[in-house]
Amino acid sequence: MSDVVRIAKVVDECYDTKTFEFEWDAETRPGQFVMVWIPGIDEIPMSISGMDGNRKSITVKAIGEATRAIHRLKEGDRLRIRGPYGNGFDLTRGELLIIGGGVGTAAIMPAVKATGADTIIAARSDRDVIMDGIASKAAKNVWIATDDGSRGFHGNAVQLMKERVAEKRYDCVLACGPEVMLWFTYKACQELGLDCQLSLERYMKCGAGVCGCCVMDDARVCRDGPVFDSSQIARLSEFGVSKRDECGRLVKFRP
Amino acid sequence: MVSLRTDVGTVALDRPGMVASGIMDETGPSLARMIECGCGAVVTKSVGLEPNAGHANPCFTEVPGGYVNAMGLPNPGIELFAEEMEVAVKAGKVVGSIYGASPEDFSKLAGRMEDYGACAVELNLSCPHAKGYGMEVGTDPAMVRAIVGAVKSSVSIPVWAKLTPNTHILQDIGRAVQDAGGDAVVAINTLKAMVIEPEFARPLLSNRFGGLSGQGVRPVGVRAIYDLRTVLDIPLVGVGGIYDWRDAAQYIMAGASAFQIGSAVGSVGPEVFSQVNKGLEEFMKDYGYDSISSMVGAAHE
Repeated sequence: MSDVVRIAKVVDECYDTKTFEFEWDAETRPGQFVMVWIPGIDEIPMSISGMDGNRKSITVKAIGEATRAIHRLKEGDRLRIRGPYGNGFDLTRGELLIIGGGVGTAAIMPAVKATGADTIIAARSDRDVIMDGIASKAAKNVWIATDDGSRGFHGNAVQLMKERVAEKRYDCVLACGPEVMLWFTYKACQELGLDCQLSLERYMKCGAGVCGCCVMDDARVCRDGPVFDSSQIARLSEFGVSKRDECGRLVKFRP
Repeated sequence: MVSLRTDVGTVALDRPGMVASGIMDETGPSLARMIECGCGAVVTKSVGLEPNAGHANPCFTEVPGGYVNAMGLPNPGIELFAEEMEVAVKAGKVVGSIYGASPEDFSKLAGRMEDYGACAVELNLSCPHAKGYGMEVGTDPAMVRAIVGAVKSSVSIPVWAKLTPNTHILQDIGRAVQDAGGDAVVAINTLKAMVIEPEFARPLLSNRFGGLSGQGVRPVGVRAIYDLRTVLDIPLVGVGGIYDWRDAAQYIMAGASAFQIGSAVGSVGPEVFSQVNKGLEEFMKDYGYDSISSMVGAAHE
C-alpha cells in the first residue's frame, strides 16, 4: 500500500549519492523495493537500503531528473512511497558471499546487515565507494574493488569474487549492480558450480505485478523478482541480452 | 460430470476465464504464461497503429478495494506486435485487443490481428484515460455502430466490443454493437477515477485521472452485465473485480458466457485462474449445474 513518510535524516554517501531515512512501519525483507513519487516528474523504483525496525531508507544516486529532484529534499520533507514490492533475497542458502556494484550496493546492504556475511563492494574508483562503513560494522570481511585501483583490489567485482571463492567455500552469491556485472557474476558462478541470487532491474510502471511492462521473458521483475536465482536465470533468455522499452519494444543491449 | 467449456458465439473456450486486456499481455512469452495458468483465452494489451509509451509514471496506485491506473495504452504498435502474436498463438487462443480513433483505424488494426492468428478482436471502446480513444469514441452509439460495422465488414473473425460503465446509456451502446453485427459485448472497463495526495495538494497520477479496477467495481460490473442481458441477444463477457469463483459465478448468473480477470492477477497472482476453475467446478457439482451454459443468466429467472 502507499504511505506518505517524513524524511528524518539525509546522509551523504559520496559526491553523487545520498541516503534518505524515514520512519515507516511496513514489514520489509532484504532485497525488496518501493516506488517513490517525485511530484510532477516521475515515479521510480528504489531498493530499500536500510531496514532497522521502523527506520527505513532509500539510497539515491543523482543520475537523472527524478533522482536529482530527490536530492533536493531535506530533513522534514515528505516522500510518497508505495510498496514494499518484490520477493527479496533468500538468506538461508548456506554460506553467503554478497556483492554490491555501484549504487547497487544499496540493495544488498540489508542482507549484509541481517547476515554479517562476507561482502564485496565494487565501484569505479575510491570516490564512488558507498556504505562500506555500514557493511564493516555488520560483516567481518568487507573487501573493496575499484576499476581504477584507487582503493582496495584493482579490478572488477567478478575478478575479486573469483579470488575469494578460491580461498573459501561459499554456497551462494548474492549480488546487485549493473546488468553487465551481474551477467559476468552469473557466468562465473556457473563455471564455479555456485548458486547465486541476482537482483535485476527493468523499466517499471505498476511495480505490483499487474501490468506486465517489466517482464523478462515471462517473468515479472517487479513481482516474480527482482531477485532471481541461478535456476530461474537459466530460463531468462533476455538477461544480459535485451530489455523492453516504455512501449514494450524489444531493445538489444548490443547490436 | 461437469464441464467448464463454454462458447462466446463461435469462439469455443475450454475454460471460461480469460486474462483481461492490459494485464500481463504486452509480450508473447507473458501471454503464453497466462494461457498455461488456466485461461481459456488471453486478451492482448490494446494495440494501436503506432508505438505508444503511454502516460508517464506514476500511472498506477493501490486504493482500498483495488487499483487506480492510467497506463495510457502503452504498446509497441501493430507492426511490431506480430512478433509477440507469433509466440502467443502457439500457446493457445488469443483475442487481439485494439484501439483507434476512427472506424478506419479499427478496421486496419483488426485486419492485422486476424492475419496474426487472433481468434477474435476486442475493440477497446472503453479506456477512460486516453485522449481521443477508448471511451471517448465508445460512449456515442452512432460512433460505436460505425466502428463495429466497419470492422465487421473487414474481418471474418468474431468482433467483440468492450464497453465502459462511465455512461448512463450502456444499454443503448450495447444495442449499437448488436445492430452493427457485433458478435459479443465485453463489460466493464475501469471506472473513471482520481486520487489526490493531500500532503502535496495535487493528483497522484501524471494523467491526473485514471480508472478504478478491482473488487470495488465488481457490483458495478455485475449490474452492467445484468442490464445488458435484458436487452441483448449476443453473448456477453463479464469483467471487473473477479477474485474468486463466487465473483465469476455472479457474472455468469447475471448473463455472461465467459469472464475476464485483471487486477487479481496482481493481488492474488496468475494462479487465480486455476483457483477459480477449481472452485467453479466444485460449486457446479454441488448445485447441479452440468455446464457453464446452464448457469448463464440464472439470476434472471
